[in-house]
Amino acid sequence: MREKIALAILFAAAVALPFLMRALDLPGGTGVATSILCLAFAASSLNLIIGHGGMISFGHAAYYGIGAYTVGILWEHFRQQEPIFGLIPGTDQLLITLPAAMLMAGLAAAVIGALSLRTSGVQFIMITLAFAQMLFFLFVGLKAYGGDDGMTIRRRNAVPGLDLRDIDQLYWLVLGVLCAWLFLQWRIVGSRFGRVLEGIRQNERRMRAIGISPYPYKLAAFVIAGMGAGAAGALMANYMRFVSPDIMSWQKSGEIMVVVILGGIGTLLGPVLGAIALQGLEFFLGGLTEHWAIILGPILVVVVLFGRGGIMALVNRLLGVRRG
Amino acid sequence: MALLAEQLLNGLQLGVMLFLLAAGLTLVFGIMGVINLAHGSLYMVGAFGAAVVAQATGSWWLALLGGLLAAGVTGMVMELVVLRRLYARDHLDQVLATFGLILFFNQLMVLLFGRQPRFVALPAWFTGSVEIIPGVPYPSYRLLIIAVGLAVAGGLYLLIQRTRIGMLVRAGATHREMVRALGVDIRLLYTLVFGLGALLAGLAGIMAGPVFNVQVGMGEQILIQTFVVVVIGGIGSVRGALFGALLVGVVDTLLRGFVPGLLRGVLDASQADALGAALSSMGVYVLMALVLLIKPRGIFPAHA
Repeated sequence: MREKIALAILFAAAVALPFLMRALDLPGGTGVATSILCLAFAASSLNLIIGHGGMISFGHAAYYGIGAYTVGILWEHFRQQEPIFGLIPGTDQLLITLPAAMLMAGLAAAVIGALSLRTSGVQFIMITLAFAQMLFFLFVGLKAYGGDDGMTIRRRNAVPGLDLRDIDQLYWLVLGVLCAWLFLQWRIVGSRFGRVLEGIRQNERRMRAIGISPYPYKLAAFVIAGMGAGAAGALMANYMRFVSPDIMSWQKSGEIMVVVILGGIGTLLGPVLGAIALQGLEFFLGGLTEHWAIILGPILVVVVLFGRGGIMALVNRLLGVRRG
Repeated sequence: MALLAEQLLNGLQLGVMLFLLAAGLTLVFGIMGVINLAHGSLYMVGAFGAAVVAQATGSWWLALLGGLLAAGVTGMVMELVVLRRLYARDHLDQVLATFGLILFFNQLMVLLFGRQPRFVALPAWFTGSVEIIPGVPYPSYRLLIIAVGLAVAGGLYLLIQRTRIGMLVRAGATHREMVRALGVDIRLLYTLVFGLGALLAGLAGIMAGPVFNVQVGMGEQILIQTFVVVVIGGIGSVRGALFGALLVGVVDTLLRGFVPGLLRGVLDASQADALGAALSSMGVYVLMALVLLIKPRGIFPAHA
């Protein structure tokens, strides 16, 4: 019961945030909150495979970046009124770019996952990293789309009935999409598919012994997670109105992973809390000193060494919730 | 032909640098079971240590000593304070904690020495070049790097194959629990192996100074390539590290040397250069993916 009340308060606060920011006279606050939600979205999708499937992907930023680049590339061709390869017309409609971003990220995840999942353990961590690096360098080399410097998206995508140039409306849109994703993920984790995935995480050999082949389940989860990250990237590109290869760098993959652990691995809201905590910490430490990373680094080490279960475990303890 | 010879030597030089890093990384992984992302930080600390001492004293020998000392001490403190607690943890915790260490060390270097890249002068006796085959001059400092790298490889071979410590290291890489069960002082062995890895990484950083710039972030660039080497060679195997390092070094250098030229035949110059650079950067990762798909445990797997 307490859990539900806390959840309702959190949701109400999230919806009311733009008004709060205006009342507090913090005009930049809603924008920062939007970027936090995008990061939380990407981290949630990674959480599905790390937390529930035990697949430690060190290249999740690749799908995030592909989503962002899909929006950027479609915009670029829309602006120049020149179809991609003379076939696919560009567009600035979010109702098209968002599914397109998920499709592209999902395709990439299907190919990369199909190959990577033949390995496990450290080799899996490293091969996902390797594929992400390949894509990173590919986009660095694509001069037509800005190469190293990235590309500017001069105007945010259009959605019928909304004006995304208004940051409040963009924020609510991102919040809505994130909530829809979290609901979907909650249903996935609770379904038979989710149970099998959890079983694979705990003991792959046992699952095989009871007659379940892990590979298709793992691949399906990998693709779903890639699609989630793609959607997150598409929204992020809309918020920043800019996309560069930095968004798929290995540091970004690391950051997304940090968010998952910080928040609480394998929990529904953990990645959201993790994203708030990490960005909040960066913001707070950045106010103290320009060398904030020198404090953030050791904090991460301490969290890993002593903070089992992340923020979510702390929250559950405060709320008096026992996890079974 | 002359170009090819030069590029092969460049590849060999990159290869031995990668080997110095990969040898430590693969042993630390094989024996302690720790993925240490901060291994690149030791390389950076060694490079900075040597650069600072060289600037202050002008002596190359003191710089060498300073760099090794900096990397060694940093490595020991790192092992004592953080890594020791990670041995029993899963890979995810190790990746994250050492990711935190990278943030810390990078910012520490910015705080101490600033963001400006530092240039390190070549040692006086190695400023010239040598004609390797008639008409092809090659910088003698790069030859020195190759020589030092190969000497270290030989030394490591002797250490690992012919000494008692080496025997324990080999045993540790294949059957960690068994070595522990036989009553070997495993903590001492761990510290020794980690210290050795730190020194080798520092040595690589010191030698890299005059060739590349000494700057914050230099560790990560080479770290990812080092991981590629370790995974290709087979985790825990020094022989695999040597083989993988030379393979990656040569492949990477040759691709960088020749792909843009080949592309210029099809595309215009600036596009060919950009795409060529991108494709050749992707090369080693493609190589790694291919190796893992054929041999998922690397070419010379240490754990049977």
